[in-house]
Amino acid sequence: MRIFNKLVQATLAAALGLTFSVSALAADITGAGATFPYAIYAKWAEAYRAATGNRVNYQAIGSSGGVKQIKARTTNFGGTDAPLKDADLAAAKLVQVPTVMGGVTIVMNVPGIESGKLKLDGVTTADIFRGAITKWNDPAIVRLNPGVTLPNMAITLSHRSDGSGTTYAFTHYLAKQSAAFLREVGAGNTVNWPRNAVGGKGNAGVAANIQKIRGTIGYVDIADAMNNNMKYIALKNRAGNYIVPSQQAIADAAAGANFKIKGMAPDLLDQPHKNAWPITSATYILAYEKGPDAAKQKGVVDFFTWSLNNGQGMAADLGFVALPPNVVKMVEAEMTKIK
Amino acid sequence: MSEPSVSAGIDPHARQVRKFRLQDRFFHHTTQLFAFVVLAALVGILVSLTYEAWPSIKAFGPSFLWTNIWSVPDDEYGALAAIYGTVVTSVLALLIAVPISFGIALFLTETCPVWLRRPLGTAIELLAGIPSIVYGIWGLFVFAPLFADHIQPPLQALLGDVPVIGGWFSGPPIGVGILTASIVLSLMVIPFIASVMRDVFETVPHVLKESAYGLGCTTWEVARSVVLPYTRVGVIGGIMLGLGRALGETMAVTFVIGNANRINGSLFAPGTSIASTLANEFGEADPGLHIAALFELGLVLFIITFVVLAISRWLISRSMGSEGL
Repeated sequence: MRIFNKLVQATLAAALGLTFSVSALAADITGAGATFPYAIYAKWAEAYRAATGNRVNYQAIGSSGGVKQIKARTTNFGGTDAPLKDADLAAAKLVQVPTVMGGVTIVMNVPGIESGKLKLDGVTTADIFRGAITKWNDPAIVRLNPGVTLPNMAITLSHRSDGSGTTYAFTHYLAKQSAAFLREVGAGNTVNWPRNAVGGKGNAGVAANIQKIRGTIGYVDIADAMNNNMKYIALKNRAGNYIVPSQQAIADAAAGANFKIKGMAPDLLDQPHKNAWPITSATYILAYEKGPDAAKQKGVVDFFTWSLNNGQGMAADLGFVALPPNVVKMVEAEMTKIK
Repeated sequence: MSEPSVSAGIDPHARQVRKFRLQDRFFHHTTQLFAFVVLAALVGILVSLTYEAWPSIKAFGPSFLWTNIWSVPDDEYGALAAIYGTVVTSVLALLIAVPISFGIALFLTETCPVWLRRPLGTAIELLAGIPSIVYGIWGLFVFAPLFADHIQPPLQALLGDVPVIGGWFSGPPIGVGILTASIVLSLMVIPFIASVMRDVFETVPHVLKESAYGLGCTTWEVARSVVLPYTRVGVIGGIMLGLGRALGETMAVTFVIGNANRINGSLFAPGTSIASTLANEFGEADPGLHIAALFELGLVLFIITFVVLAISRWLISRSMGSEGL
């Protein structure tokens, strides 16, 4: 019995010691926000810890939650897919920088049509996703696809049922293509899909619906399209070329964009580069200009500086697209404001 | 007790009695406190739900309940589609689950060989312990495709042309939808209803059943005329327990209901429920009216569950009254 008591005491002491030593590390930083970059932030955090011993904890609570938490000063940095406007940034005294890019792909399940063989332009895609085109052999689709035999089959739309940055980027792209889409469906994290739509939870839910239901078309992150081996469509870009989604095409879209603006959030949708994938977006972090704890502020800067310089390969492996080298330099310059 | 100074000196038992009484009172107050904590939590939830939902209650008034709009871009919200989906899936789930559970319970208590009773009973209780997300994943990846390929087309061929009923089975057979959600829900509530029914069926005195058998009754006649009337209260309680679970079930429904904020007459069509809407939209909800409307949806679910419980209490007390118990 006495031995048992000693054991309990020793364990307690060890546990207490551990707790204190962990909390004593001032460079431990926490962030919260967008779910889209969670996979890459988690991967970077793991590699960063292995390299430097510092911990970064990122919680995927959603973009609006991330903005709310950083404004309430409960986290060291916030993540968001929807960049804040200049006025918002100035009012809340926040610095905003992009960290990584991604693309939304349009995927389908139409019997007899191979991946990349179906061509759509922006307006036709918008008409499909607002429920104005309901059959695969609609003249509008046939006109864009000479030589492809399209079945007389109903179109089922597959969308994200949970509020998501993927939906945000996709609907903003379609709203730019078609005023009717903006009016009927809207643009945002959660929108009003037409009658022939089925919602799936998460990218995985959408992917499952598309693979299981014949005649579906939907949108998922490029990472999920690659991992699930899905059949994507070729989308006409602003230069008039039909582009098959790839990490290179997303990088090309960013190459022509001007990041030298306050907030560093240029519109990456429908870029003019001849090989640009039209539905490209970046995700952003927010940090205070002047934080209450200088060590934590430095921790945020150190983590993202390290990640942007060492984590490009990890980003590519997970289906993300790294920022162009010149943009990384700009981000580093912008982050000097985080003190 | 009126003269403690005297009695304390004379009677050693009095002190003992007083100590016991004190202990009893302490025990009473402690347990009372625990019970009141539950009450306080209940009231607290109700108040905070109402508080958070207030902007939406003010903006839409009672018409929130019967408005069939859920538009985040326009900031206009109404709960009808979610209420419809919640009620229809739960009622359908019960329509499927109650007869099956009844059969399971009857088999286990009346006709099952003794050696099979324990393993079968344990298996049913194990079903109740499976996390709901597992039902959801199974429903989406295994059941929905099977349903779309092998059950929906024959159902449509069989019933599609029947007036009224045909409309329930119209539309493309896509696997996910109201009916799929109801079937997955029924699987989830069967273990609850069946185990309650089995437990109450076991309370029927053997004398009653044996005398009925003695009169030449079949097993079914015994079940209908002896077992069921004797256990009516417990059976209603079990069904209501199942209904309560079905109304609030979140993850499994979110996976298979199709998540479309609209009412469609067909059971094959995707729909939504209160719990699934909350699960889907809370994470990325915009501050303001959207959050408030979601809180009001939660409040509505709270009230629906409360009403269901109240009705079941009333049913139970009424049937107890008619039995003269």
